[in-house]
Amino acid sequence: MRDLSSSLPSPSRRGVLKGVGGAALLGAGIPLLSACGSSGSSSDPKTVSLGSNASDAVPKKAFAEIYAAFQKQSGITVDVNTKDHNTFQEQINSYLQGTPDDVFNWFAGYRMQFFAAKNLASPIDDVWDKIGGNFPDAMKKLSKGADGKYYFVPLYTYPWAIFYRKSVFQQHGYEVPTTWDQLVALSKQMKKDGLVPIAFGDKDAWPAMGTFDQINFRLNGYDFHVELMAGKAAWTDAKVKAAFDHWAELLPYHQDGFMGRTWQDAAQTLVSKKAGMYLLGSFVAQQFTNKADLDDLDFFAFPEINPAYGQDTVEAPTDGFMVSKAPKNKAGVTKLLEYLGTPAAEQIYLKADSSVVAASSKADTSSYTPLQKKAYEMISGAKSLTQFMDRDSRPDFTSTVMQPALQKFLQNPKGVDSLLASIERQKKTIFASS
Amino acid sequence: MTTDINTKSPEAAAMPPSGPAPVKRVPRGHKRLLTRRDRITLSFMAGVPTVLHVLLVWVTALASIALAFTSWDGIGFDSIKWVGLDNFKQLFTDNPQFWPAVEHNIIWFVVLILIPTPFGLFLAVQLDKNIRFSRVYQTAFFLPVVVSLAVTGFVWQLVYNPDTGLINSLIGANKPGHYIDWIGDPKLNLWAVLIAASWRHTGYMMILYLAGLKGVDPSLREASSLDGANEWQTFKNVIFPTLRPTNTVVLVVTIIEALRAFDLVFVFNKGAQGTELLSILITNNIIGESSRIGYGSAIAVVLLVISLAVIIPYLIATFRKERRA
Repeated sequence: MRDLSSSLPSPSRRGVLKGVGGAALLGAGIPLLSACGSSGSSSDPKTVSLGSNASDAVPKKAFAEIYAAFQKQSGITVDVNTKDHNTFQEQINSYLQGTPDDVFNWFAGYRMQFFAAKNLASPIDDVWDKIGGNFPDAMKKLSKGADGKYYFVPLYTYPWAIFYRKSVFQQHGYEVPTTWDQLVALSKQMKKDGLVPIAFGDKDAWPAMGTFDQINFRLNGYDFHVELMAGKAAWTDAKVKAAFDHWAELLPYHQDGFMGRTWQDAAQTLVSKKAGMYLLGSFVAQQFTNKADLDDLDFFAFPEINPAYGQDTVEAPTDGFMVSKAPKNKAGVTKLLEYLGTPAAEQIYLKADSSVVAASSKADTSSYTPLQKKAYEMISGAKSLTQFMDRDSRPDFTSTVMQPALQKFLQNPKGVDSLLASIERQKKTIFASS
Repeated sequence: MTTDINTKSPEAAAMPPSGPAPVKRVPRGHKRLLTRRDRITLSFMAGVPTVLHVLLVWVTALASIALAFTSWDGIGFDSIKWVGLDNFKQLFTDNPQFWPAVEHNIIWFVVLILIPTPFGLFLAVQLDKNIRFSRVYQTAFFLPVVVSLAVTGFVWQLVYNPDTGLINSLIGANKPGHYIDWIGDPKLNLWAVLIAASWRHTGYMMILYLAGLKGVDPSLREASSLDGANEWQTFKNVIFPTLRPTNTVVLVVTIIEALRAFDLVFVFNKGAQGTELLSILITNNIIGESSRIGYGSAIAVVLLVISLAVIIPYLIATFRKERRA
């Protein structure tokens, strides 16, 4: 009896331990495997895989409709892997180095050129031979890498401008300001009338970059904006200082408590007619859920500061598509991009999302809302298009240096000189690396 | 009969190879204590955790120390460039957020040890008196600890929202000219976050002290009350000194909490001016596109050095005590 009982449990105990060891191995394996990305199913010629950052309901549905139309036309299925918008952006480095999808959503400008220069994207000049006629020159410029090859197919764009309520302007007899002095005078008047002159929320740290961009290229011109963003011009330049001085002049008319406010909350003050103006991208319209309010919404271009540049530059961030370094289905990718570059594809998208306008100059504008029509005219009439500070410059520079620096300026507009010196020092080290 | 012999001489059973007499069944046991299978199993058991530990703890820690002396954008290993001490030089001289971050981590610790810790002890002492609904209070105070810090941050951010938040709505501070910007004002926001952190830390400390108090010998209380000591004297001279082991744990836990403070602030305002923390600086520099991995690693190394400076003396003291005991 004793022999039996002493010999039996030991192998079973070992068995249990082995199981535990195996489980530990498995447990270690799972995260490693899942880190490898989720594509690889599409080596057949009838599928193209696509990494999407369109996680919001409206754009997600709009994109799905485009792909459905493409499948009907070409018989090629688009296999979409959607990731949360911000997560997609944060993981883009490792995503593109791993096993990326054939095509992925991305932004025009420096952020596109960065990955093109790192050989993480494929040139698509062959696609542009076909679709080139659909786009204005400004869009072509935005779609090229630093080497002059095309890497990007734009789909839609939207302008940054000063938004206001027509009824509020009518009620108080305000007129749309076209010069800096008029803007300051109007702000003063609004304050007197008990309105918040300029709604503002900078909790997410990027809205302030939009304000700086506007003042900077109005005052110093498009070329200086490009040089400054590319790290060539110095932040200690008197021109930059002048831009900040203008901003400081306007700052007292901005909404109080902006550091803790999101752009959505700031937009609500415009919705409720407590604020007179709001400088933001046209996506602000998404906050106007009531049809009557939306119809009452209008915008004007940021007023002229320097007559030499007038209002010739428009900040119009553009979203579109890029091709990863080694697409599995090259022929299918080319077909898909050629389709995405047509006005037809853009119109499908715009039908679902009316806060943006088509990147193509051939798109049918008859179904545009008045707001879209105005945005379209503003963009197509612009001499130069900028993207946005964090799309025109190195993202590591804008996120780790400019965002905190601009917030610091907003808290303490008097300390500009030391702030600019600090920005310049940090800029040099960041732009010197790689 | 063999069983009888075994039970009668437990010492021999503990060292089977030495005593020849009782071992009749396993003659080969002298040479090999473990069978081959045993050894494979054992090496597997010890090996897997070791490999995992080395890979996930040591290799990564050492790699990040090595990366702290490089400049790397995270794209391809050939883009790693050796830059020596440049990252640290920049960090100490040029980065406007670094010293405030160090300062805030220290403030975080000081506040946690000065306010919620004594308050948690106070609550524990009260709850230890077996008052009515003691369980209900315990649960209520401990609940914030159970809730994820990200959720805590989100909830408090709603409370502090300048336009629609609870506080500003109650005191009427959400009108132009009267704004109190709890989240954005660099003079206020750290304290606002610390209130949320303290709210959570109190419950944590309460449970730790409550466990410590349960371990206090009741006869000590009895003896001191027989000696005529009042409640405060009993606590000060008898109970608190016996809580020494708990105090050590509390100190270490609080230091760790202060150093790893991250989620609450990240949800609250992403570490904007006024609430910079080392952990958030690391994240901002490393995570994201075209990341500054070398620079971020340098900040991580600073955090590591601070942690070691705190933990090593503690470990030395503990081991010395154990050896003496």
